[in-house]
Amino acid sequence: MFELIFFGMYAFVLLAAAVGVIASRNPVHSAMFLVLAFVTSAVLWLMLEAEFLGIVLVLVYVGAVMVLFLFVVMMLDINSDTLRQGFLTYAPIGIIVAVVAVAQIWSVVWLRDQGLPAAARIEPAAADFSNTAELGAVLYTEYVYPFELAAFVLLLAIVAAIVLTMRKRPNLKQQDISKQVAVKRADRVRIVKMDAERD
Amino acid sequence: MFESLFTAIEGFLLSFLPELVVWLVIKAAQIVAVMLTVIICVAFLTLAERKIIGYMQNRIGPNRVGPRGLLQPFADVIKLLMKEVLVPAKSSRFLYIIAPLLTLVPALATWAVIPLFPGFAIADINAGLLYVLALTSLGVYGVILAGWATNSKYALLGAMRSAAQIVAYEIAMGFALVGVLMASKSLNLGDIVEAQQGGVTSWFWLPLLPLFVVYFISGLAETNRAPFDVAEGESEIVAGFHVEYSGAAFAMFFLGEYANMILISALTAVMFLGGWESVFAGWSFLIGTPLEFLMMPGLFWLAAKTCFFLFCFLWFRATFPRYRYDQIMRLGWKVFIPITIVWIAVEGVMVYLKVGPWSV
Repeated sequence: MFELIFFGMYAFVLLAAAVGVIASRNPVHSAMFLVLAFVTSAVLWLMLEAEFLGIVLVLVYVGAVMVLFLFVVMMLDINSDTLRQGFLTYAPIGIIVAVVAVAQIWSVVWLRDQGLPAAARIEPAAADFSNTAELGAVLYTEYVYPFELAAFVLLLAIVAAIVLTMRKRPNLKQQDISKQVAVKRADRVRIVKMDAERD
Repeated sequence: MFESLFTAIEGFLLSFLPELVVWLVIKAAQIVAVMLTVIICVAFLTLAERKIIGYMQNRIGPNRVGPRGLLQPFADVIKLLMKEVLVPAKSSRFLYIIAPLLTLVPALATWAVIPLFPGFAIADINAGLLYVLALTSLGVYGVILAGWATNSKYALLGAMRSAAQIVAYEIAMGFALVGVLMASKSLNLGDIVEAQQGGVTSWFWLPLLPLFVVYFISGLAETNRAPFDVAEGESEIVAGFHVEYSGAAFAMFFLGEYANMILISALTAVMFLGGWESVFAGWSFLIGTPLEFLMMPGLFWLAAKTCFFLFCFLWFRATFPRYRYDQIMRLGWKVFIPITIVWIAVEGVMVYLKVGPWSV
């Protein structure tokens, strides 16, 4: 009973935040609504006893990705009116995506009602069950090669992004920190002895 | 001593209230107690900061309000609360007002999982370390939103600097905690403290020395304290993200910053200096002498270690000049992250070969 009330509350907040993301006029407000949506979905995951995924969602998406997102959004001078101009041309595509998503969710619910063994209701785990340890055990033993491969692909993406944006500029002044640290007083200061002058 | 008190109170309440209500009452009481303690500590930390830095610079520091200036924090609080909260005309009003709260709330909420004395944390959860990481990474929102909502160039510059800096140092911090996780084999902070049982040499600071140093310095950078306080940078961008804040809203930022300092100090103590474990834990010749009580673990030791790190925070502020911004970035990305990655690899080998205190 309690669970249902809490689920209803958080689900409502999540939906409201998701509407806020697309409805608010200011991009920074949109980003903040997205943060709220992430945090509420993390709470929903916690209610599903997926505490590792829930906390990692907050850690990765809210703590790092959205911060960088905000960083970019705040720097850009986005005019929301020009963004809205194409609304009618893009609306049909949006509607198709929405219909497909609803159909998928509905099919999952429908499948569960068919009584298939794979879609059976999951029993709640015991209190001392740590799904962090379980996830780690599966990821690093059974699926270790796909996991490493995924990590490698990500690394490749990072390197590629850096290579694409790095360009050599002539006449660019660069500092060599080791040279700066190794500097001696005699290289920079010359002490001159002279008699006191008086007008 | 605390446990018997708790069970007595719990038994008394259970005699006339349903179980759920008793649980709520006890948790609420614990939360209020910890929060009030942290806030009072913040008040006296501000005084300690001015006094300690004063003595380091051959001054006396505040000594007018109360005996030896002890009531100074209360005078400051009353002054700040009486002042008007100005909201700039072109600011984003709602975000401007909740931004200070967003720095304060994560700093207080993290205390829920910190083991205060043997067997006690407000919420003794299994994923404690992850919870700590997630919440400390939320603190940056207050700074960024304050900077943006103020609608001022100085504030925006401060927010930008802070965002880039915190994202950079969070990675090093996370890697340092991976090392702690590997050594203690648990994400539960209480278990992490228990894994460090057995005196000074078995605390994690020794086998994880590079991670310990990296974690504390990254903590310094995360709290925007000197020498990493470019987000405020009063010599370049006035006061950075809180340039337009006044009165109670400014007091919130102040409270948040100092609460974060206490939090980072407590976390460093828990993860690398054995939390509530006694400094004299392994000294068997003390048994039977009047000094035997020194070997008992307890809240006192956690407080003492936290105070040590807080002193370091103030000491560094009085000692080091502010880092230049590009040097901060270089330190975070090119020095700390490689150090932590190398040490995690070294630690992996140590765990595999069963050398080190955790193999016992």
